Amino acid sequence: MNVVTPFEGIGASLRRKEDYRFLLGRGQYVDDLNRPGQTHAVMLRSPHAHATIDRIDTAAAKAMPGVKAIFVGEDMAAESIGGIPCGWQIHNKDGSPMAEPMHPALALGKVRHVGDPVAVVIAETKAQARDAAEAIVVDYTPLPAVSSTEAAVKPGAPQVHEAAPGNLCYDWHIGDKAAQEAAFARAARVVKIETTNNRLVPNAMEPRAAIGDFDSFSGDYTLYTTSQNPHVIRLLMGAFVLHIPESKLRVVAPDVGGGFGSKIYHYAEEAIVTWAAGKVKRPIKWTCERSESFMSDAHGRDHVSTAELALDDQGKILGLKVHTLANMGAYLSTFAPCVPTYLYATLLSGVYSTPVIYAEVKAVFTNTVPVDAYRGAGRPEATYLLERLMDVAAAEAGLDKVEFRRRNFIRPDQFPYQTPVALQYDSGDYHSTLDACLETAGWAGFEARRAESKARGKLRGIGISTYVEACGIAPSAVVGSLGARAGLYEVGTIRVHPTGSVTVLTGAHSHGQGHETTFAQLIADKLGVPTANVDIVHGDTAKVPFGMGTYGSRSLAVGGSAMDKAMDKIIAKGKRIAAHLMEASVEDVEFERGTFRVAGTDKTKTLTDISLAAYVPHNYPIDEIEPGLEETAFYDPKNFTYPGGCHICELEIDPETGRVEVLNFTAVDDVGRVINPMIVEGQVQGGVAQGIGQALLEAAIYDASGQLVSGSFMDYTMPRAGDLPDVGVATHVTLCTHNPLGVKGCGEVGAIGSPPAVMNAVVDALRDYGVRHVEMPATPQKIWGIVNAHRLAAE
Amino acid sequence: MYDFAYHKPASVADAVKILAADPDARPISGGMTLLPALKLRLNKPTSVVDLSGIAELHGVKREGDKLVIGALTRHVEVATSAEVKAAIPTLAAMAGTIGDTQVRNRGTMGGSVANNDPSADYPAALLALGATIQTDKRKLAAEDFFTGMFTTALEVGELVTAIHIPIPTKAGYAKMRNPASRYSMAGVFVAQTAAGVRVAVNGAGNNGVFREKAMEAALTANWSPDAVADVKVDPGLLNGDIHGSAEYRAHLVTVMAKRAVIDAG
Repeated sequence: MNVVTPFEGIGASLRRKEDYRFLLGRGQYVDDLNRPGQTHAVMLRSPHAHATIDRIDTAAAKAMPGVKAIFVGEDMAAESIGGIPCGWQIHNKDGSPMAEPMHPALALGKVRHVGDPVAVVIAETKAQARDAAEAIVVDYTPLPAVSSTEAAVKPGAPQVHEAAPGNLCYDWHIGDKAAQEAAFARAARVVKIETTNNRLVPNAMEPRAAIGDFDSFSGDYTLYTTSQNPHVIRLLMGAFVLHIPESKLRVVAPDVGGGFGSKIYHYAEEAIVTWAAGKVKRPIKWTCERSESFMSDAHGRDHVSTAELALDDQGKILGLKVHTLANMGAYLSTFAPCVPTYLYATLLSGVYSTPVIYAEVKAVFTNTVPVDAYRGAGRPEATYLLERLMDVAAAEAGLDKVEFRRRNFIRPDQFPYQTPVALQYDSGDYHSTLDACLETAGWAGFEARRAESKARGKLRGIGISTYVEACGIAPSAVVGSLGARAGLYEVGTIRVHPTGSVTVLTGAHSHGQGHETTFAQLIADKLGVPTANVDIVHGDTAKVPFGMGTYGSRSLAVGGSAMDKAMDKIIAKGKRIAAHLMEASVEDVEFERGTFRVAGTDKTKTLTDISLAAYVPHNYPIDEIEPGLEETAFYDPKNFTYPGGCHICELEIDPETGRVEVLNFTAVDDVGRVINPMIVEGQVQGGVAQGIGQALLEAAIYDASGQLVSGSFMDYTMPRAGDLPDVGVATHVTLCTHNPLGVKGCGEVGAIGSPPAVMNAVVDALRDYGVRHVEMPATPQKIWGIVNAHRLAAE
Repeated sequence: MYDFAYHKPASVADAVKILAADPDARPISGGMTLLPALKLRLNKPTSVVDLSGIAELHGVKREGDKLVIGALTRHVEVATSAEVKAAIPTLAAMAGTIGDTQVRNRGTMGGSVANNDPSADYPAALLALGATIQTDKRKLAAEDFFTGMFTTALEVGELVTAIHIPIPTKAGYAKMRNPASRYSMAGVFVAQTAAGVRVAVNGAGNNGVFREKAMEAALTANWSPDAVADVKVDPGLLNGDIHGSAEYRAHLVTVMAKRAVIDAG
């Protein structure tokens, strides 16, 4: 019997159902899977950033023990295997399409970044495959390389692709340039900053892995892969690369240990092992090593920007002008072109009623790993630029930074609010999240704490960021008009079993988000089925009808809404069955949390009564309704959702060493309706950890020759628990107005709102040192350099 | 990793015999450096000689005015040893900052000393404390033992068996960690010993751990943090990387020296 006690529905901080298996090490990740007769693949990767491949000699390697096959780019080209496709097409200012050079799965004639795969070795064991990979002789002629975003557009820069002159992928713009120029012409003050958004390596805890499997009898291919969206991989790899129909290709993404965007994309290795499995007629497993993932997982961010803000003499914003160079890396990854355009420039209004905005974005190719969406994807870059600019502008206009923000906020009565850069915000209350955050963080008492720190020889700073982001991507028609080559709806199936337990099939994919719990709570809340009797199935194209996957904080807003729609269909059908059983008219049957009732009577039927009748239709309106109780819904959102809020960071700098210690971090976010407060708190804390990582610690550094200097955890600073304070998380809810759940999404807010709060605090701590701006990450060496330069200037 | 043979001798004599017979054999104690190198295929020994089964190499004991620490003594044992805490509390505290919990549960003092990683903690302590490194063949003063970056006076097949550490009047240690690796980027160990004041620096020198004689002179004249505050280190003798230039490290050495003196009390 379905009894829900204690309350497990919307708003309950239910412990995560999936954690039992994860904490006991019983998760089933791709590398835990082993197929009968499995072989192992090792990728031979380029040590050069840019070189021609003059000769590849695999003869000795092929003769080594256990080696089944070795393939190079020409082997795939000979079978007309396609390039790795890009899922988004941006158009230039003049309307022409972006440059989209071929991205072969295995290099053809040239390598374009360190880590570019050149050959795959398939052997009985991984060690044998590795031994053979070392025996392959590749003759390279190194070419000049370009690794930095700015260097890529300089005249005479080495050319990454012949098909992209000047290394330009696209030259795009948004907004009204003439209006922006007019606004600037009448401004009392124009404030300008130039800044770099540091390049990051996502570093999910589980490295990527893939198993290709081919059944020679049925002709079916199966790919097990570490993916955030198995249906998208099936579509891209099947249709564009390997030319396998969907009906013959199954993609399974089982437990996945973190993605943060880096597991959205279709990677070459997936196509290579799937194709090669058909060649060698054996399953092939490839598991990425950590040092390999540094040079083959898509990186994040990497913008160089100039931003100018025009103010009137009352401190009101008149306009914003932004110029950004964005690094695409050596090839276009699946979502890459849309990140610095429609996920970035469209957010430049932020939480402010900026009347005019003009932004131009140039995307460039470099001899580096492809860059694509990483937690927040474009929105952290926009928020950082804007919130740093707001602080600089407040300082230069002599205004209090909080009052300056408040003065320019979009007011609650202005929603729905149309920005000058395409988006229409549906709801928000920026004044309330600001006030709540100021109160919780003890903003008013900061100067006393600063004085106390100063007495101990420390520099204390406080920083604020007020932000909005666009997620829950996205209305298919809108993104289609903007260049997306896919729809962005989501699919949910609710299968009520005969005795009332429920299986949910969802196209969203959980890789740390806790979907098995949150989604079960949706079912418990609406259908009254206890979460223990609800199973969430995801990550398998053979089980789930279709889906677009999990990224852009879309799982609940889009995937959850699809489930809600499917539950509405279940309830509608259930009412008809209940009406029959209770001899009432359908219009008189009400449903609430598991109980069908004839309105105004004590006649009731439980959901289990109805499901049993549906599957054992002895007494059933069989002429009117089919047996069974299973419904599928596709939900295509009407708009993006717009979570927002306020983050405040308080930190202390040791001027002797330059070390920054974050003392307090307060986040008050409006993520719409909260389903599981504990999971939301964890999501925000995780996002803030990555935001603090970007602000203080992390940087992917290439040298001028294109070698990745920070290619391991010895040199790439991942945030550790000891680097982080106990992040205080609160929510202040305004409901999303256009999805049935009122939810907005919480997966990325932490990473979006936090970096400028941290950096504004760093600059505030250094306020006596004549510092206007500090670039991320604020490493000890960088901070000491500022302190030392100030000391030398004073001497 | 490449294939290799594995030996687990029960005595130093047996271990030395295997190592002497094969110059491409490598001893392993905690394996905190060798194992990653093997996994990355940076090292291709014919055999690995596991020293962990040699009982005589384990343990801490006090012998008069010195501590004798067996080469196979793990960092966690040094960090929690009542003998070490009573005699040289800074050394116990230092051991508690090496790597992380997993590393401290595996890594050994002898392994760290024999590896002489320029960013490792122990070499600076042993140099400042005037320790003696005992091998299966001889005894060497720390100064004669640590000969440069990742190099020591050990001959091929020679094993560190114990470290003899004279107990100082007082000692202190401070380090600035590399933000990424958490190894020392500039660490300073100061000690008042029977042989005088000694200061040793790790993490920063371009040829490994070294003594900082100007600081020793300053502290001999006046044991106080202020005495070293104005002693500048020549950046030309230091290394630099993306986390710390030689100039920054030079500055950090002075700051850490001050803090080490404060730590010593």
